Amino acid sequence: MLGFRLERSPAPLWVRSLIPLIAVAITFLIVSVLILIAGAHPGEAFYELLINPLTRPTARAEILVKATPLLLTGVAVAFAFAGGYYNIGAEGQLYAGAVAAAWAGTQLHEQPALVAIPVMLVCGFAAGMLWALPPAILRIRLGVDEVVTTLLLNSVMLFFVSALLNGPWRDPISNWPQSPTIAASAQFPQLFARTRIHLGFLVAVLALLAFWWIFTRTRFGLELRAAGLGREAARFMGVRVGRVVLIAALISGGIAGLAGVSEVAGTHYHLIDALSPGYGYTAIIIATLGATTAPGVLMATLFLALVDIGILSASRQLNIPVYLGDIIQACLLLVALATLLLNRYSLRRSQP
Amino acid sequence: MIEFIATVLGATLRISTPILLSGLGETLIERAGILNLGIEGTMLLAAFNGFVVAQTTGSLFAGLAAAMLTGVVLGLLMGFLTVTLGLNQHVSGLGITLLASGLALFSFRLLYGGASTPPSLPESFRVIPILSGTPLGPVLSQYGLTYLALLLVPVLSLAITRTTFGLRLRAVGENPEAADMAGINVYRMRYLALIIGGALIGLGGAFLSLAQLGAFTHGIISGRGWVAIAIVIFGNWQPVKVLAGALLFGGLQALQLRLQAEGVPLPYEALLALPYILTIIALAIAGRNASYPAALLKPYRREG
Repeated sequence: MLGFRLERSPAPLWVRSLIPLIAVAITFLIVSVLILIAGAHPGEAFYELLINPLTRPTARAEILVKATPLLLTGVAVAFAFAGGYYNIGAEGQLYAGAVAAAWAGTQLHEQPALVAIPVMLVCGFAAGMLWALPPAILRIRLGVDEVVTTLLLNSVMLFFVSALLNGPWRDPISNWPQSPTIAASAQFPQLFARTRIHLGFLVAVLALLAFWWIFTRTRFGLELRAAGLGREAARFMGVRVGRVVLIAALISGGIAGLAGVSEVAGTHYHLIDALSPGYGYTAIIIATLGATTAPGVLMATLFLALVDIGILSASRQLNIPVYLGDIIQACLLLVALATLLLNRYSLRRSQP
Repeated sequence: MIEFIATVLGATLRISTPILLSGLGETLIERAGILNLGIEGTMLLAAFNGFVVAQTTGSLFAGLAAAMLTGVVLGLLMGFLTVTLGLNQHVSGLGITLLASGLALFSFRLLYGGASTPPSLPESFRVIPILSGTPLGPVLSQYGLTYLALLLVPVLSLAITRTTFGLRLRAVGENPEAADMAGINVYRMRYLALIIGGALIGLGGAFLSLAQLGAFTHGIISGRGWVAIAIVIFGNWQPVKVLAGALLFGGLQALQLRLQAEGVPLPYEALLALPYILTIIALAIAGRNASYPAALLKPYRREG
């Protein structure tokens, strides 16, 4: 009789290199059912989701606008995950950076852009780091699990933002719960005419390149990967794991802070409480799909940004609720997580 | 003054109920060694399914059953991912929250379109009047689910500490290898915890849509699942202390609502953020001595 058994050895390389495609295929199979329930044709829906945005120049530009905060938070989370530090707090760190940018941006009216923009970026990076610091310290000094502390600090930051916007920062002109508009010189310039792609995209690409360089070309990157693979073994190799994890956690918070700066200075020009529709959580999907490597993070970001823009046209043309986008992301995460097991296990035909 | 205290206490019990129910469910699950971050999305989908079933069948109890079933199904999914496949618990749990929230909002839009007023039930659960007319009336007149939640505290507390079930649950959460050698089926125990815990988490969500609000809105859960996670830790994984955490959160929220209604100017966000900060401080103080279930976050693989 022919049977299959699970073996504790990696699947063949050609199978493993197909993992992302397998994950996407299974996800779309599941999602097809929901598209049918919504009364649309899956083929047409996938065309609107994945192809249509690529055919229109404005939609292509919007994909990159959407990819900007996703790439920054994705790099931030991947940096921490690579070192075995589960930073679930990118959402709060993003808002910390946004608060700093909204503050600095209104103090810099007299300054030229060449001063104002770097100051804002530094402030945002520092704020993100600061918000990432307590969980990192607690984890390294006292062994407190960082998942829960970073997650809870997200809620605390959202309350803080809400308190600011309903209190001292409420825009005196519009009286909306939004901060005053930042100085014109502090607003990110557009990179290309007639698109909304702004300087933040360049910042995101630089962050990605820095991540790639640190990860693959430096001693710190090597130590980070060692710490991520196994703390005890890394310690045995002479890596100062606590220090490496602390630095990774802080850089992670800082980069997430830059995502907040980029959204305030590049897109909205003021702080609002709906600044992020959960970029910090989507970043966890990106880091997982991208297997915490720079090329993987880039691919995952572009794909999720494509779906984010595509769902808008699918919703307009076919009346599919936009929340299908969230379901696709979540399915992709869970399916990818399961298919990544092929890196460790394989299904083999057992000998009769 | 007495009236003020009585209404605040009554509101405290009401606001505490959903987090207490879900927190008790999460306690069971974490005691078995699984951190279930799917709780926030599970509460939302359970609140939604409970609402839809109650509306279409006209039976609130059918709605409750649907909400509990939702919790069970998502618990089984969590079990498949983390117990059977042994995947990372944080990422699996967050994935379930994203998936369940997406499903709830997707279906809500399909069934109710872009309705500007949230759909509500013609009749939702009512409070049981007890000693109404006396000063104690506002405190004791509560929904049946509130009394059920309070009753579950001693029941679960005894179940965890005094029964074979509890002994096995703790064994699986503390030292699965030893539990296995003692003949306990680790996988089955963890699934069982996810099933019972999932049903309780579902009840927590249903309390909001079937009792407290009698309606469904996007923001119906708005972080209550994360609060439940916080009070489980704050409560040291013990049902009685989890109750204390739920009452602390409910009390702060009730006080804030009451003071705001009276027009007292105060940064109410500070009061709302307090339970989160207290939980982090509690974790910091407990530090390495925090009595985490020792096998929390660790998948179990039977050798051989």
